[in-house]
Amino acid sequence: MSRILHPFPGGLRLDTYKELSDREVSEQQSLPERVILPLQQHIGIPAEPVVKTGDKVLKGQIIARASGYVCVPIHASTSGKVIDIGNYPVPHPSELKAPCIVIEADGEDQWFDIQPTNDYISVDPKQLQAVIRECGIIGLGGAGFPAHVKLQEGVENAVDTLIINGVECEPYITCDDRLIQEKAHYIVAGTRMIQHAVQAKQCVIAVEDDMPAAFQALEKWIDEDIELVKVPTCYPAGGEKQLIQVITGKEVPSGGLPIHVGIVMHNVATAAAVYRAVTRGEPIVSRYVTITGIVERPRNLQVLLGTSVKDCVANCGFEDYQNCDIILGGPMMGMQVTNPDIPIIKTTNCILIKKHQPRPPEMPCIRCGECVRVCPVKLLPQQLYWHAKTDDFDAAQSFHLFDCIECGLCSYVCPSNIPLVQYYRYAKSKIADEERRHRGADFSRARFLAKNERMRQQIREETTVEISLTEEATENEESLEDKKAYIEAAVERTKQKREQADTDE
Amino acid sequence: MLKLSRKPVALFLNDGSVIVTALLFAFTISPFAPWWVILIGIFFAVVIAKHLYGGLGFNPFNPAMAGFVFVLLCFPSQMNVWPAAPGISEIKPDISTYIAMIFQTGSLEKNTIDAISGASPLNDMKSQLSLMAMVSEIDESPIYGNFAGKGWEVINIALLAGGIFMLLAGIIRWHIPVAVLTGLFMTSLFFYAIDAETYASPVFHLCAGGTMLAAFFIATDPVTAPATPRGRLVYGFMIGMTAYIIRNWGGYPDGFAFAVLIANSAAPIISYYTVPKVVGENVS
Repeated sequence: MSRILHPFPGGLRLDTYKELSDREVSEQQSLPERVILPLQQHIGIPAEPVVKTGDKVLKGQIIARASGYVCVPIHASTSGKVIDIGNYPVPHPSELKAPCIVIEADGEDQWFDIQPTNDYISVDPKQLQAVIRECGIIGLGGAGFPAHVKLQEGVENAVDTLIINGVECEPYITCDDRLIQEKAHYIVAGTRMIQHAVQAKQCVIAVEDDMPAAFQALEKWIDEDIELVKVPTCYPAGGEKQLIQVITGKEVPSGGLPIHVGIVMHNVATAAAVYRAVTRGEPIVSRYVTITGIVERPRNLQVLLGTSVKDCVANCGFEDYQNCDIILGGPMMGMQVTNPDIPIIKTTNCILIKKHQPRPPEMPCIRCGECVRVCPVKLLPQQLYWHAKTDDFDAAQSFHLFDCIECGLCSYVCPSNIPLVQYYRYAKSKIADEERRHRGADFSRARFLAKNERMRQQIREETTVEISLTEEATENEESLEDKKAYIEAAVERTKQKREQADTDE
Repeated sequence: MLKLSRKPVALFLNDGSVIVTALLFAFTISPFAPWWVILIGIFFAVVIAKHLYGGLGFNPFNPAMAGFVFVLLCFPSQMNVWPAAPGISEIKPDISTYIAMIFQTGSLEKNTIDAISGASPLNDMKSQLSLMAMVSEIDESPIYGNFAGKGWEVINIALLAGGIFMLLAGIIRWHIPVAVLTGLFMTSLFFYAIDAETYASPVFHLCAGGTMLAAFFIATDPVTAPATPRGRLVYGFMIGMTAYIIRNWGGYPDGFAFAVLIANSAAPIISYYTVPKVVGENVS
């Protein structure tokens, strides 16, 4: 069936530079000497280690367990010995260190005893979710949201359409394209498994129209149950909300999730990972990474998680980092780091090496409106900028700051070279921080009021006990009337005595 | 001024915005205006209307128009001396005449000045209409060419070509020019349809005076225009309509400068009421 595609607002056709890295077949990156595995490679809370220094582990063995709902376990990506659990540099623009488990490889690369889930169609969808979670699967498109959460929401609400996102819209990156061309059957099979897990009525796999080889590769494996769609090349067509708009014409509610319009979306790599998890019990231990830019041999590598960026880039013929920028991700949404000794994690899709270009100076905003023109969410980046600059966070939120997908198009077109996305991230983090403090304050207040109530209750109880004790005592000895009579008699006697004393004087 | 406001001087001098202001100002004033009128106008435009508000990007009013209006109001007689249309008088002014007029060297006789200056077509149209002449009669005067004033219509068509070039090159966007011309055209068409003899034709209005200059070069100043696309359409339409109203019933022959300034002051509220619906805002 042919599906009518819809446009999404804004967007821009960018130069893609994909030919650089898409010419060769991907290569397996050689086994590193050691792997550094951060405990947090996903959105949510960090995992908790279940091994100690000195433990021997096998490939695919759980080394850190999920410590909450929005969390997935971490697995060893090769066999060896745990030599340290501590803070190491991780892929983050702040260049701060974070808790990691370091494994020294023993060279054997021996697998753990992994168990497949046989005949998944007969399996309860909830069980599939558990398998997917236990294999540490997260959104491999770059965001890193734990996959089982999306699957859970999918089962509890009615899912109309499952969309598998192969629309690699960011320039330079070709890892998904390569994965589709080389492992199309994994993706199609994985799609069917996810469809069973969320009980979706329709299934769509989408690729960009500048990925003809990937399209053909998928065509061979799909059947009547899955629809293959080619989407016009336009950045950011691969964004979750944008792709939903293109394929279904529906808009995800502002501040809401795709499930609210009955759609679940997963990346092609996530689908392939689900296939591996269900048919072999294999957790995520490696991924496709594009190494491109000014390296000698730009191409895609299949890299074990925890391998250092430096090793991968050296494999592509680049070692001198003088005057070069290292970007993890693409040129639009990637993060810049200065230290190449950081590990590849589940969400690292590309390493882009560029010649260092000094940033042109930031000029004042001339209100040209080019940013408004390209915004795919129809925001007013200009107004968000002004309000973020003056720390007017309420006004920024009234302009839907949190609907910004941080695609970077506004900064790209700004003639005054204003780093707009950075301003929005600043505002978002400030607002999130304030909300955390408010929640903390609310919690403290609630505790304080509860304590007061408790104290009051305690005093009330004690008083009641005393009163009842006193009443009991009174009842046991005399009645109230007798007491009164006794008191009156006593008062009379005292009076008489006084009168007598007076007359005596 | 840049030094006074502690901004990097070289960076801002090189952004070229003051050259744009100067060019637009030069385009709008009469070529016969004396040098000191030019100087005062530019001073007002750049120092007062731009830098005192905070410099590039912070001025609420279009600096070129603010400067133009300032000297128009302060020195009306110097500002209203326009060259006569070609072919009207035997004396053809050459470059030395212009220099003499601008620098007021006093070598020109009064006869010469009278001979080479004349009413601009808009001015003429306005004064003749107020004398109850009919448009078809007025049109017969030699200062009018095929569409509008001789000479002026060529300028306007040339500016239109320049404007279209800028549109195609992506330097400006279509919203404001189209809205300005539509505003002017629709309003003048409305009145022309009512009475073709009392109100000049829409084509005349589109080709006369500062129409094309204002539509493509002046109103499109991004700093003073609203931020939203729909807001820009409203803004442009307002400029076109107000310019027509001032041309017909106001005290000045060409209303664009005032129209632009009035619309500048309305830009913030237009922005406020035309915020586009964010993707996902209408969905529950």
